Amino acid sequence: MNNYIPVIGLEIHVELKTKSKMFCGCPADHFAKKPNSICCPVCLGLPGALPVPNKKAIEWTILLGKTLGCAINKVSKFDRKHYFYPDLPKGYQISQYDEPIATKGKLSLQIQSSKFKVQNDSSKLKNEEKTFRIHRVHLEEDTGKLIHKGNETLIDFNRSGVPLVEIVTEPDFDNADDVKRFLEELQVIVRYLGISDADMEKGSMRLEPNISVREIPNPKSQIPNISKLPITNYQLPKYKVEVKNINSFRFVKQAIEYEIERQTTLLEKGETPKQETRGFNSNKQITYSQRSKEEAHDYRYFPEPDIPPMIFNDDWLKQIEKQIPELPQAKLERFVKDYSLKFSDAFILTRDKKLSNYFEQVNSKFKIQNSKSKLKIKNYSQSIINLIINNKLSKTLTIGEFVNKVIELLAPKETDEKLLGATITRIIETNKKVVDDYKSGKQNAIMFLVGQVMREMKGKADAKIVINMLKSKIQSSNVRSSRFNRD
Amino acid sequence: MKKKSKKIILSRQEILHLAKLAKLRLTENEVQKFQKQLSAIVDYFSKLNEVNTDNVEPVSQITELVNENVDDEINSIRILSLEETLKNSKSKNNDFFKVKSIF
Amino acid sequence: MNLSNLTIKEATLGLKKKKFSSNQLVKACLDKIKKVEKKLNAFITINENGAIDQANNCDLYFKKFGEGIFEKKPLLGIPIAIKDLFSTKDLKTTAGSIIINKYIPPFDATVVKKLKNAGAIIVGKTNEDAWGHGSSGENSDHGPTRNPYNLERVPGGSSSGSGAAVASGECFMATGTDTGSSVRLPAAYCNLVGIKPTYGRVSRYGIIAMASSFDTVGHLTKTVYDNALTLEITAGKDSYDATTVPKDVPKYTHYLEKSIEGLKIGIPEEYFISGIDEKVENKILSAIKQLQKLGGKVNKISLPHTEYAMATYYILVPSEISSNLSKFDGIRYGDERELFGDEAKRRIMLGTYTLSSGYYDAYYLKAAKVRTLVKRDFEEAFKKVDVLIAPSSPTLPFKIGEKAADPLQMYLSDIFLCPVNLAGMPSLNVPMGFIDGLPVGMQIIGQQFSEKLLYQVAYKYEEATQYYKISPKI
Repeated sequence: MNNYIPVIGLEIHVELKTKSKMFCGCPADHFAKKPNSICCPVCLGLPGALPVPNKKAIEWTILLGKTLGCAINKVSKFDRKHYFYPDLPKGYQISQYDEPIATKGKLSLQIQSSKFKVQNDSSKLKNEEKTFRIHRVHLEEDTGKLIHKGNETLIDFNRSGVPLVEIVTEPDFDNADDVKRFLEELQVIVRYLGISDADMEKGSMRLEPNISVREIPNPKSQIPNISKLPITNYQLPKYKVEVKNINSFRFVKQAIEYEIERQTTLLEKGETPKQETRGFNSNKQITYSQRSKEEAHDYRYFPEPDIPPMIFNDDWLKQIEKQIPELPQAKLERFVKDYSLKFSDAFILTRDKKLSNYFEQVNSKFKIQNSKSKLKIKNYSQSIINLIINNKLSKTLTIGEFVNKVIELLAPKETDEKLLGATITRIIETNKKVVDDYKSGKQNAIMFLVGQVMREMKGKADAKIVINMLKSKIQSSNVRSSRFNRD
Repeated sequence: MKKKSKKIILSRQEILHLAKLAKLRLTENEVQKFQKQLSAIVDYFSKLNEVNTDNVEPVSQITELVNENVDDEINSIRILSLEETLKNSKSKNNDFFKVKSIF
Repeated sequence: MNLSNLTIKEATLGLKKKKFSSNQLVKACLDKIKKVEKKLNAFITINENGAIDQANNCDLYFKKFGEGIFEKKPLLGIPIAIKDLFSTKDLKTTAGSIIINKYIPPFDATVVKKLKNAGAIIVGKTNEDAWGHGSSGENSDHGPTRNPYNLERVPGGSSSGSGAAVASGECFMATGTDTGSSVRLPAAYCNLVGIKPTYGRVSRYGIIAMASSFDTVGHLTKTVYDNALTLEITAGKDSYDATTVPKDVPKYTHYLEKSIEGLKIGIPEEYFISGIDEKVENKILSAIKQLQKLGGKVNKISLPHTEYAMATYYILVPSEISSNLSKFDGIRYGDERELFGDEAKRRIMLGTYTLSSGYYDAYYLKAAKVRTLVKRDFEEAFKKVDVLIAPSSPTLPFKIGEKAADPLQMYLSDIFLCPVNLAGMPSLNVPMGFIDGLPVGMQIIGQQFSEKLLYQVAYKYEEATQYYKISPKI
């Protein structure tokens, strides 16, 4: 009986949101523009046009590389990658081959055990740290877009020449959930850096996993943690399948799991899956063989003669490194620790850097006001986060406005105790069954009564005072109950 | 130059493979012609084996320029109108270029 | 007075002195074109109406601003021609091929823009070996161009039409590109001054690329002064071309009169052992003597890797050609790739081979290393001498159809010219006289960005010999 372990490596493309394209001054923002309306001789591939690199795109690639723990090559260059396809105007793509900008990085994640969903509270992180190695990060230009209409294929070159960062991981993944988690973390990191919207549906982040499955002959042996083993310790399978056209997060898991299943079935039959590129059909939720474009591509890479090489200056690299913000993982840990937040809440908040900053600013302003006031409200961080996450308060409020709202909601309310006493007495008398339930041990029954009281009081009562008064009145109203001392 | 005995270095298979990579449809005549001509030329290239290039760097840029790039700015002067973009094409469909379906 | 026989210098003087108008200059060129074009086939496109309109504008400009306008627009009113490899906005650009026979660029090459801004008038686009592939003009898909000095003979290529057009008086200056020979050879064969500038001196933006790390943008004129004046306009850093060098452009015309006393001249010994025609060899030796009379000191120098230059060139250049011609897929412009001519197909196939997986290291990479050694040869030579002198061609202009259909033979005839492109150095062809009524030329080669010196040497030599005064009898 054999065990089958998936071996998955990822190729991820991220569209940079520079103002202009990679090698010309056309606007890089191409989403929903009229077809073929933002082209120039360079990105249209007209004869005689020449590429001139966008400095910002280079800078952001270095930034991403450093953020992912990569080494930055002192000397780097562009190369031509040749193949014919209607969306590739020059018949070659300007990319990077043997001297990419960044190599050999890694991304470590807290992966929650699958038994625990993120929503469940766990301030003790029942997590496993997994590290996924980054093989390289390089810079290239995007192609035009193809649209299929009956027996014609239409071409729009608006997207041609947009800067694209390619991130290639080592084949360190062995399940679809980890891939999804990695991708989500990468998306948040890229957004934190402000270099891309990384939106899968819009195509500004694209995934092409390379999937193989290998056999472990002895099922009793411990399944190795692939990422902890140096690559020489095992042999990669002799084939791999590239899957394209996964354009949403929810399809990532479906596509990968389908493909793993498909390959495993073949292997169990004693067959080796064909090395090929497959597309993902999201309607049928299957991968299918794409008409294989000949044998292995011969891209005939050679150094791009129109663009002089890049030699990165140490000072510039240091400057770029300084731009790396506190990353989502670190921020998450700090929020849990410093603000005593629930892991799940801190997780949600830190998916968005702006929102995280907002929270911190509200929190610190509130802290100041709170310490000056008579009230000294406790546990306000959690309350603030509840208000932000549950969207009870609009995020369009300024920090000041938000803080005032919070104070309004958290401050103990002025209570007319005489009116309250009368109200409570009335409620107790008209809800004898509920009172009896409470007295016989149903603790939650009191909340019903609280609700009734609050309604009568039209909300103008402090909840704590209401509860305490309710409890004491119930206590004193029935001497016979033997349990009331427990409160 | 005296005619040497002609070595056929490139096989017919290779010529056909090159034509495919270069997206050129060759006639039978051309296949044979190129096989002969390219073989002679490639044979001549073997002269370079006489040159010691140990520790010699390949030319990467004859001007020795490095780090040529521009700031991230939009250049609206060069943007072509839709008409200019499509003008020289024989195969278009409204605002798009078109080819026979590739799927 | 036959206006079309004037030099640019003479024409500008005439315009300033109001001896004639730009309109008359252009008409003279257009008349010449009508008279000789059928015999020469130097043009692919003639811009008759456009040129006359531009000429009238120039005359108005001059009327409005007076002589001072020539400071800002040094070529005001001068009829020129543009090699059909250069993109000209709204004017057909074919690269001498049938594939883009109907291509109309929506933009101007930088050099075209600069020449227009300088007031020059484009009378037409000149014929050439298709895509720049060739050194005789016989590889044009539009029929060969003929040499105005002898219609049975080639004018040299690939800027064949440009050479014939200037020599015959159809225009005053014509642009060209030089990747391995293509400005210097037509200049030599047509009794013209032709500059191959330092790689990176002049912008390649808008010029249909042949071999990106070799292509240089030059031009042909009757005299050294005209040539120097034109380079003042075309040279300079271009933000659209990342391979242009940010070096100041001298006013080349201001230094022409300088004496060349003490000039150290190098004669590459390897150039004189290969199969050079005896008469050509004698001619070059006389030319060298002339330079000595003018103050030059001759030294023999060696360029030891000369024998490897052709193999290096024919590995690297077709590799880049095969890459640059990939954009012609017939979708956005042009016709199917099947219509590439024989020479283009051969170079594409060859270049695909030398770049392909398994062969890249043995060919492309090896050649790129040998290229470094060729460049070093020149750099070492220029430590000892100021310029190198060599013939531009080992033979006289040959008969059309004479060169065998053996491509390897053709490739090996550029032996004196290609090494300069490998090294990225500038070279200037200057008329060296006539043999049996056929023009021959001499190359003056300098180190990178030494065009100023090259023009000085050429000017002095031209002053002493004045071969430019001998026009073709066409």
